[in-house]
Amino acid sequence: MTSVVVEGPRVAAPRASHRRGWWRRNWVSLAFLAPGVIWLLAIVVYPTIATIRFSLYDETATKFVGLHNYASVFSTDAILTAFKNNIIWVLVFPFFVTFIGLMVAVLTERIRWATAFKAVIVMPIVFSTTASALVWRTIFDLDPHIGVVNAIEQTVSDWFSTPGAYPLNSAIGQTAASLASFNATGGPGGTLLSKSAVHPGGTVMMGLTRVSAVTLQTLGAQTPLAPQKMAGGIAGLVWNDFSPLQTSNTTTIVSDEHGLPNLRLSLVSSTGSSVASTVTNSSGDFSFSHIAPGSYHVEILGSNFQNAFVGTFWLGAQSITPTSGLNQTAQSLLSVPLIDLAMIISYIWIWAGFAMVLIGAGLAALNREVLEAAEIDGATEWQTLRRVTIPMLAPVLTVVFVTMVINVLKVFDIILNMAPGSSQGPATTLALSIYNDGFTGGIHSGVASTIAVILFILVIPAMLWNLKKIKGGNS
Amino acid sequence: MTIAAPVKERRVVGLAKRLRLSKAVVNVILALVAIFWLVPTISLLVISLRPESLFGVSGWWTVFTTPSQLTFGNYATIFSQGFATGGVLDSLLTSLEITIPATLLVTLISSLAAYSLVFGSWRGRDMIFLGIVGLMVVPLQVALIPVVQLYREMGDLFGLNPYGTIPGVIIFHVAFGLPFGIFLMRNFLTGIPKDLLEAGRIEGAGEWKIFYRIVLPLALPAIASLAIFQFIWVWNDLLVALVFLGGNVHSPLTIFLYDQTRSLAANYWIVSTGAVVSIFVPLIVFFSFQRYFVRGVLAGAVK
Repeated sequence: MTSVVVEGPRVAAPRASHRRGWWRRNWVSLAFLAPGVIWLLAIVVYPTIATIRFSLYDETATKFVGLHNYASVFSTDAILTAFKNNIIWVLVFPFFVTFIGLMVAVLTERIRWATAFKAVIVMPIVFSTTASALVWRTIFDLDPHIGVVNAIEQTVSDWFSTPGAYPLNSAIGQTAASLASFNATGGPGGTLLSKSAVHPGGTVMMGLTRVSAVTLQTLGAQTPLAPQKMAGGIAGLVWNDFSPLQTSNTTTIVSDEHGLPNLRLSLVSSTGSSVASTVTNSSGDFSFSHIAPGSYHVEILGSNFQNAFVGTFWLGAQSITPTSGLNQTAQSLLSVPLIDLAMIISYIWIWAGFAMVLIGAGLAALNREVLEAAEIDGATEWQTLRRVTIPMLAPVLTVVFVTMVINVLKVFDIILNMAPGSSQGPATTLALSIYNDGFTGGIHSGVASTIAVILFILVIPAMLWNLKKIKGGNS
Repeated sequence: MTIAAPVKERRVVGLAKRLRLSKAVVNVILALVAIFWLVPTISLLVISLRPESLFGVSGWWTVFTTPSQLTFGNYATIFSQGFATGGVLDSLLTSLEITIPATLLVTLISSLAAYSLVFGSWRGRDMIFLGIVGLMVVPLQVALIPVVQLYREMGDLFGLNPYGTIPGVIIFHVAFGLPFGIFLMRNFLTGIPKDLLEAGRIEGAGEWKIFYRIVLPLALPAIASLAIFQFIWVWNDLLVALVFLGGNVHSPLTIFLYDQTRSLAANYWIVSTGAVVSIFVPLIVFFSFQRYFVRGVLAGAVK
């Protein structure tokens, strides 16, 4: 074997030894390549072919079913929902992330703390999508004591209308008038008025009902105090006229009833103008002193019953687009669940740094002279950006855009981690469907493989295009 | 002319003024953007530093008015649990057990393959390279089910079923890291002059020696980019671990967090603290090798 003359003239060498010579020269090089190629053949190439085959078989991969799985994919509402959501992601996310990346990259060139700024924007890329999704899940939480977005919404809403101590939910038909029990009647603007007139030196009692025990406890309501007459003034009581012990007694105070604290009251004269105002004490008692003679009514202001703040359920599946009256399939295809918006915002937070880095590198490679020429010609910054910078950056921008399209075609982690159980179904995507259909409750290869093949087909054109662009850019 | 000159001058002054103004505006805008970008990270950190009892009672932002809320209690609890199965530190260890071998293997195998593709003298190297690059197109979702079954068949044939084990996760990660790894390394190695290798050959060094004595040291920047990229990719993976780790009692941090989230309100203290632990490692990697990471991102735009 070793006697073969490797360096001998090739024409003269016998065929077998020629091949052996080739082998001898190249076996180390091939051995270097072998682990990678074998690994790829076993874990990437073979499984891809197997998946295509599985997509033509039933769920247990035993019976050939032709294109049946493909037909069922396009007629299953849950999978149509996944398609719909992927389309929303593809339409919205790549555009915004590229746009924000571009803006930030352009602006960063003009500040001195660019390095620090870039680090801040890029940082989320190194976080796991799982961790990021959990953070954003709390940010968008419905409870304004957890979610900062709803806390801001609440603050803003409180500027315009402070919730009352006894908030009613008008959405379920609660009105102030429905609370009236004794000597009280609904007035204009959601107020309550005492039925009987009262004069200085007299007393007034108003009974309300249906105030929840929780509200009473929170406000620290005490046993009601019967009002004592006072000269030149009006004393009174507003109490929760409901006793579990004496349910039929609706005209007098019972010991286990409660006064209603913190009610804003106004004293209204016979002409209808407010002459004094006060707030009830913890026993529900109140008084107006130094009142001119005349006939008055006590008014419980409408602001006491102002609606409580109801946050936005950002993580919910309620649709942004109107979907009432549509059948199930049309709803799967046309609804845009609010959580998609919340997740896209979160995903922009994760990926804008990537867009910025790529676009920033493109900017750095731009011909400065062209930009300066534009500036000298008197172009405004906006004109320079629109007419010169963006067209010159077009190749980079499209690479970023297409990369993000590929990315969101496969979007998975953020939905699994950010959507609460009730929103998982409406927010699902193709990648999530593959996991749910294929791996929950044992392996089911049919439909999951079919979705995987479709995902593959969707990704191919974008990927090939990108590879071509990148290869062209390198050479 | 005499009229035009001052007008032009004025315009130049106006432009300069506008530029100066816009510089201040740019600074303000970017400062706001930076704050917006920092809020989620800060909120996570603050939540992990507040006692569990305050979660849902008052917002994390109240810490700025009452800093006395801050406590290391959650971290103390985690560390007092030590490496007990199912704890945060156990998951941290599992994440490392998956990520480090997966990163080393991808780096080594990619470098070897790229070396062969660049410096080999056999024909068809470009075709094979194109084929490997083409595999970057394959979404990993496509391979999940057949690989699970392949693992089972391996179990039947050799008695070694990687399903549900850490090597099972690593094998899959390596496979899907290779196309990009080979792509990156090959592009870098083509820049190394062949004369350097010839010099080594003349001195009688074998291919392996040339590889690790001459080529690897020169390729260190590319290796660093690839290793960091791969490390962060595997560290942050949830899907592959979910599929291939099955019901393994040791789970990486991403699965740990995912499991805890399903009962979010009940134990958010451990979710937030675990999340901080999980981002801590990639952050260190990122800030230590930021330059290489950015280079890897630029090269890996396709992944």
